[in-house]
Amino acid sequence: MHAEITLRVDGQTRVLTVDTRTTLLDALRERLGVMSPKKGCDHGQCGTCTVLLNGRRVITCLSLAVAQDGADIITAEGLGDGEALHPVAQAFLDHDALQCGYCTPGQICSAVGMLAEAAEGWPSHVTTDVATGTIELDGEEIRERMSGNLCRCGAYVNIVAAIRQAAAQSDR
Amino acid sequence: MIPFEYQRATDADSAVAALAARPRAVFLGGGTNLVDHLKLGLLRPDLLIDVSRLPFDTIDALPGGGVRIGAMVRNSDLATHALIRRRYPMLAQAVLAGASGQLRNLATTGGNLLQRTRCRYFLDVTTPCNKREPGAGCSAIDGHNRDAAVLGASEQCVATHPSDMAVALAALDAVIQVHGPDGTRAIPLTELYRLPGNEPARDTMLRHGELITAVELPDLPIAARSTYRKVRDRASYAFALVSVAAAVDIADDVIRDTRIALGGLAHQPWRATRAEELLRGAPATQDVFRAAADAELAPARPLAHNAFKVPMAANTLVAVLRDLTTRDS
Amino acid sequence: MGGLVEPRAIGTSLQRIDGAAKATGTAPYAYEQPVTDPLYLHAVQAGIARGRVTAIDTATAEALPGVAAVLTHYNAPRLASDQDRELWVLQSSEVAFRGQFVAAVIAETSEIARHAAELVKVSYLELSHDSELRAHRDGFHTGTADGDVDTALASAAVRIDQTYTTPMEHNNPMEPHTTVAVWESIGGTDRLTLYDSTQGVFKVRHVLAPVFGLDPQRIRVVAPYVGGGFGSKGMPHAHNVLAGLAAQVVPGRPVKYALTRQQMFALAGYRSPTIQRIALGADADGRLSVIAHDVIEQTSRIKEYVEDSAAPTRMMYAAPNRRTTRRLERLDVAVPFWMRAPGVAPGMFAGECAMDELAIACGLDPIELRVRNEPATDPETGNPWSGRHLIACLHEGARRFGWHHRDPTPGIRRQGCWLVGSGVAAATYPHHAWPGSTATVSFRHGRYLVRIGAVDIGTGSWTALTQIAADALTCPVGSVELELGDTDLPTATIAAGSSGITSWGTTIVETARTFRDKYGPDPSDGDEVQATMPDNPDADHYAMHSFGAQFAEVRINADTGEIRVSRMLGVFSLGRVINPRTTRSQLLGGMTMGLSMALHEQSIVDHRFGHVINHDLAGYHIATHADVADMDASWLDEHDPHSNPMGSRGAGEIGIVGAAAAIANAVHHATGIRIRDLPITADKLQR
Repeated sequence: MHAEITLRVDGQTRVLTVDTRTTLLDALRERLGVMSPKKGCDHGQCGTCTVLLNGRRVITCLSLAVAQDGADIITAEGLGDGEALHPVAQAFLDHDALQCGYCTPGQICSAVGMLAEAAEGWPSHVTTDVATGTIELDGEEIRERMSGNLCRCGAYVNIVAAIRQAAAQSDR
Repeated sequence: MIPFEYQRATDADSAVAALAARPRAVFLGGGTNLVDHLKLGLLRPDLLIDVSRLPFDTIDALPGGGVRIGAMVRNSDLATHALIRRRYPMLAQAVLAGASGQLRNLATTGGNLLQRTRCRYFLDVTTPCNKREPGAGCSAIDGHNRDAAVLGASEQCVATHPSDMAVALAALDAVIQVHGPDGTRAIPLTELYRLPGNEPARDTMLRHGELITAVELPDLPIAARSTYRKVRDRASYAFALVSVAAAVDIADDVIRDTRIALGGLAHQPWRATRAEELLRGAPATQDVFRAAADAELAPARPLAHNAFKVPMAANTLVAVLRDLTTRDS
Repeated sequence: MGGLVEPRAIGTSLQRIDGAAKATGTAPYAYEQPVTDPLYLHAVQAGIARGRVTAIDTATAEALPGVAAVLTHYNAPRLASDQDRELWVLQSSEVAFRGQFVAAVIAETSEIARHAAELVKVSYLELSHDSELRAHRDGFHTGTADGDVDTALASAAVRIDQTYTTPMEHNNPMEPHTTVAVWESIGGTDRLTLYDSTQGVFKVRHVLAPVFGLDPQRIRVVAPYVGGGFGSKGMPHAHNVLAGLAAQVVPGRPVKYALTRQQMFALAGYRSPTIQRIALGADADGRLSVIAHDVIEQTSRIKEYVEDSAAPTRMMYAAPNRRTTRRLERLDVAVPFWMRAPGVAPGMFAGECAMDELAIACGLDPIELRVRNEPATDPETGNPWSGRHLIACLHEGARRFGWHHRDPTPGIRRQGCWLVGSGVAAATYPHHAWPGSTATVSFRHGRYLVRIGAVDIGTGSWTALTQIAADALTCPVGSVELELGDTDLPTATIAAGSSGITSWGTTIVETARTFRDKYGPDPSDGDEVQATMPDNPDADHYAMHSFGAQFAEVRINADTGEIRVSRMLGVFSLGRVINPRTTRSQLLGGMTMGLSMALHEQSIVDHRFGHVINHDLAGYHIATHADVADMDASWLDEHDPHSNPMGSRGAGEIGIVGAAAAIANAVHHATGIRIRDLPITADKLQR
């Protein structure tokens, strides 16, 4: 069964007809040719398919496209301003926070979403006192908050360093 | 995955009616459990009714002092809500201990409660499973059962419930609000879930067509001094080996009141009523904690690979009680 | 060879050339290559571990609208060669392991393909199977031997005799194995194009050509970007053949096939489980008199693959009495294959834990034990080392890690509810140079175009080779443009065995020098030369290996037994480092995989069924962000005068070697509990 949906993807309005079984990930990759979010496991266990959806980081492999009709999606390709890379992406290059690159778009979208969450004061599993409001985004907090993005090449150390740089820059 | 219709529900009554009319229909919340299972071929619905946008997405203080959590509240919104963080910190911690940031942004309260076991034989349609197919047999009992239950299991099923949030809700005496074809009803969380018994296919007491609309927490002052401790193989993004949700009210080194639930041990969150009885009114000492933990776990029936869960759960509970009773208020 | 290349760009931390494309997700991996009007493949796997398919009912599946074809061994095109039984796909009714391909659906969408695959009904004649590697079984042992191990062991002043086990492990690169296959008939000639996720485009061509009965020149393989492999993409596997067969049936239309993560646990290779007995004998001063390493590993019945875990033992330490043996069990299991540091990773886990146990038995600091046993020449060949600096790595690492404050008494350090301990282990990896690569260098409009069919799977080769080409041409890096990853380019060896930079770099240096010899410093547009990799005259006269020292600090929760690695440091001897930025990343990546090997990874086979039951990334744990705290890697400032014209050796795999042993040794130091079976999990530390 099919349905017509509208998605805003990296600033462009896209209208498409999808099989109701099509995930948002497959709609982006196969129907719209948006290859930035990637398929690593297709079962929500690795994070490579992460995008920003209505401003929040989500995985796309367990979302049905029909259920996201009207969504505003930003992928790693749409994060920059058209000229320069997004500061988080630039930080990734500066710190060599990638190797094979397959998890990288998902890491970057996740980091952008995570920084926004931390700025909003969202606590995490490692936040010492969940009741108070202030969050200090140290290495332990970053690592916990990014743990939904696996990297088999093991670029974790550099990814955290890149995110720290980006977080510090946005503080200024 | 067979082709299915997709409908977006506009209100609870019509959602419930639509589901009740179609035996192969299911509700869709955040999709993080359902879509996973569709791809695995665990179920083949022909209609998905999307309830994620029903107006049950707020957290409100109740007149009596408790809190109502709408069933469509996303896990991350639940964990960051000031009321929850201040008054029921174990619940915020439990939610934050589960899944990943991305998954928590999608998953709903209702969906989290209704997620199904992570038993590998259940998730693999090529291995026999009584939960998936009654009478097919349980592959875990004589197979790899490191993740399996040590409490409340049956000869037909040794699965555990994977939700962290539900463990905290069990300790907090949460009540589930349900909207069904015959009206609304309230179910204490500790009565929502079933032990597997002879019907492992049924995880809960819900009937087809019933929709969870809210979770209500009672006013519970002792919950302000509470915690959730999760023990797992990885430092993050992994299901619990064992977990403990506990709240303690202590004065003059005596435990006035406590709430405890254990995760990773059973087909449902395990409310530790025996331990609670032994702790209430007792001195807050290591020996008392140990006796209470051992008493709660005494009926444990380990399998070949999960015997470690018994000392691990007991040690974790003792450590949690120790930490809760020695921290500054 | 013309002497070592003068390093100018070599040794600098040039940013990855492919970095921006990868960061924005616009670098096309195999599944993302633009193709017109594709079809999608979904495979059906065998539900038994051994036997025969007796019938396949495809009628319902074929009738589904949008299904182009359902392939089975009854109707699949015939392959030309059965020499490689792993690649003998859909050609017979035989089932050799659970999860083997038995059918495939080709359809207009992936949803239809998956649905139709669920409708295919396969009937079997099931035979009893044996999938379990066991220690106590009769079997033939091959091996090497010096002296008299048994007698010397019995009379040694200090003896260690233990069994160490490592589980089955899966490489699990983040990008699943993927092939997009297009079969075309052009002017009566069949051509196959594969957009593939591979460590070697020419390997794919050369292996598949006889299988399909095609002239190798008729197979084009394209792989500009590959999302990791760690060995598992070093050869084509069954999915390549399946996609090619499917493409044959729908000529002109591309067939897209990416293995599901679940399928990767049966069809993409894996590291064999190992059962390793290590016996060490020493005098009272810790000088080794006996080294014995007996290994039991498995392979599939249809294809022999040897993990060779005893290999590092033959060159690490010397003793007058030495023995290595191997027993390879043929089981009804999937086909194993390379996984990062094959043989060396599991072998050094066992060996370096045993050395730690020996140090403790001798009352020696573990570093001092290695100092006392450092061999002047290679115990295996007798050759001088091209550069063995293990002891320098251990000393440098000890200094940085704060080793000299260490009290060796186990189980006495506590910080709050955490037991703390530290451990050390040696690392090694052989220097590999694989012949057969060819490169071209041409000049046009002020730029040098270097072409070689090598593949960058995340190692940073694209960048490092650009630096090497620039220095060999004595031109700025910005004047060099490197083309990789396509069989339309000159032939190249695979990205494996930590051999890439050596093999391709040597080839590029040779080609660059040939270019300069012919055209001088001021070439004209269109000038071009081609050259192949020369032999290394030093290869047979020097033992060429890299070495390293791995340090780990662990914390173990006294209440729960949870293990966390709080600090790791690796100090390595790698010869000259081409690009410090990317090399550090490779080492950290290997160390992270070593941490994961120590604490998390285990493919669990239920032998009643014969397949891996934790066949996804929720069940098969690899290290997450939160598992990797303080980790650093560095190297000695040196170059190797014999290894290659750059003075370098490989760095891709050594990071994983010794890491698990350092962690296991640290766990012992923290708790007094010696775990000899990976992974080390909290349940093994319960009291």
